[in-house]
Amino acid sequence: MNHSIQSAGMARRNFLRLGAFVAATAMLPAKLLAAMVRPADAFTATGLDSTFAQIGGIPELHDGIIFSTPDIAENGAVVPVKVEIDGNKLPKVDKIYVMVEKNPNPLSAMFNVPAGTKPYVETRVKVAQTCNLYAVVDVDGKLYMAAKETKVTLGGCGG
Amino acid sequence: MGMTIIKSFTFTMSVLTAMIVQAQEGIFDEYREMMGDDNPAVFVIDEGEEYWFAPAGPKQATLAECDLGLGPGVLEGAYAYLPRYFEDAGRVMDLEARLEFCMVELQGRSREDIHAKPYSLRGDQGTEMEALAAFIVDQSSAVAVSPSQDRPEERAMYALGEELFYYRAGPHDFSCATCHEQAGMRIRLQDLANLDSHEGAAGAYTSWPAYRISEGVVRTMGWRMRDCLRQQRLPELVMGSPASVALQTYLAVNAAGAELAAPGLKR
Amino acid sequence: MAGKIRIRAQQQGDYTEVKALMRHPMETGLRKDQAGEPIPAHFIEEVTVTHKGNVVMHAYWGAAVSANPFLGIQFEGGAPGDEVAVVWTDNKGETGEGTTKIR
Repeated sequence: MNHSIQSAGMARRNFLRLGAFVAATAMLPAKLLAAMVRPADAFTATGLDSTFAQIGGIPELHDGIIFSTPDIAENGAVVPVKVEIDGNKLPKVDKIYVMVEKNPNPLSAMFNVPAGTKPYVETRVKVAQTCNLYAVVDVDGKLYMAAKETKVTLGGCGG
Repeated sequence: MGMTIIKSFTFTMSVLTAMIVQAQEGIFDEYREMMGDDNPAVFVIDEGEEYWFAPAGPKQATLAECDLGLGPGVLEGAYAYLPRYFEDAGRVMDLEARLEFCMVELQGRSREDIHAKPYSLRGDQGTEMEALAAFIVDQSSAVAVSPSQDRPEERAMYALGEELFYYRAGPHDFSCATCHEQAGMRIRLQDLANLDSHEGAAGAYTSWPAYRISEGVVRTMGWRMRDCLRQQRLPELVMGSPASVALQTYLAVNAAGAELAAPGLKR
Repeated sequence: MAGKIRIRAQQQGDYTEVKALMRHPMETGLRKDQAGEPIPAHFIEEVTVTHKGNVVMHAYWGAAVSANPFLGIQFEGGAPGDEVAVVWTDNKGETGEGTTKIR
């Protein structure tokens, strides 16, 4: 009945102890990022359809996208998501989007994947209520997606 | 009137019975597996270290000479031996009571100041007490829970804790035991630990203080006790009070021998 | 307290696995505090991961990424000892950065 997933002590030893505060601008290769603009309208779109419209249309389902989320989440505030791509089926992916259908704004995150980087992302998102989550990828302007339902539970007293 | 009370009591109990149901083994295993071992408590541990060595209070002193039971400034393993009797204070103390004692004695701070906001409210990013608790418990990682029961005061504290654990009170006629004296049950989908067994108490005690995912902060063991009492609709448990120390002593002694793995990561 | 990042970068055969944990409240702007006052939106909008100065992942985030965010990515061409950096900017213009070496 131990609800602990892992001690921080353990996690801590896995990390290098680095917590520097440095101006971010020093690190950013401005040239590479100049062409990128935050898709603000997609982030503020409400409803899945208008979010899809903002990124260029309704994606086709594609089995080359391996999208993992838990079937049931202990807490909707933190739901782990993982997007992997089967390179044999989708050789080149430019962008990865993570969407949560019933959130106030479905688009949670968008990733620009440079050449040489695996089309692979892992993060954690808020899921307001039980619904489908979507991993959408952009391949030369064509959109593909995978969907996965995650149930969100109401907590008990707390573990 | 009497009948109404009985009816409402029966209603409450039947609702409660309906809520506490058989646990579903492993239902959150996949979720926890995907969460991995990246616990944001690592940040709070660092913040606690900063608090520990930061001058504060009218005396502008640090807590670095605070004696948590193993000698002034000795942190490694210290949490594992709490709660324990302290000669200088003349009473049994849990971590929060002891930190309050050090803040008063070493830093010259007032009780009012320390109790003003010991625990985060919604939207907060953490308090000094939460950070210190994370920092200190982290230095007892993998140390066996070993609360002293040598002194009569310590044994009396355990007895008081046990009495409180079973004491039914409040508008719902609730005790800690109402939810926590049987194994394999849950409320909603949350497993309920059997806290009067070694296994149940060990699972709970060794994983607190913990980073609470739903709140984004580290919660202390004292806060956890207070929140249980809140859910029982009992008066607010005062940090470091005899009742708080007693409940933690009860859990610690029941958990004795189990290795600490805190700060844990909780839903 | 905000601004800190913990990064692990581990060589896994032909690719490098990067895991980063960031200290940030990621407030949606939809929550109210204990007194009932709205808590203003405060979230990371942009994250960049670089390897020896080259961008290996660039992300735009919304407020629905969880508090104290986690990011895991994998890239090719890294070697033990190389520097990996993570930089973020939030909607208030605050930034955070962390660096580590590939192990």
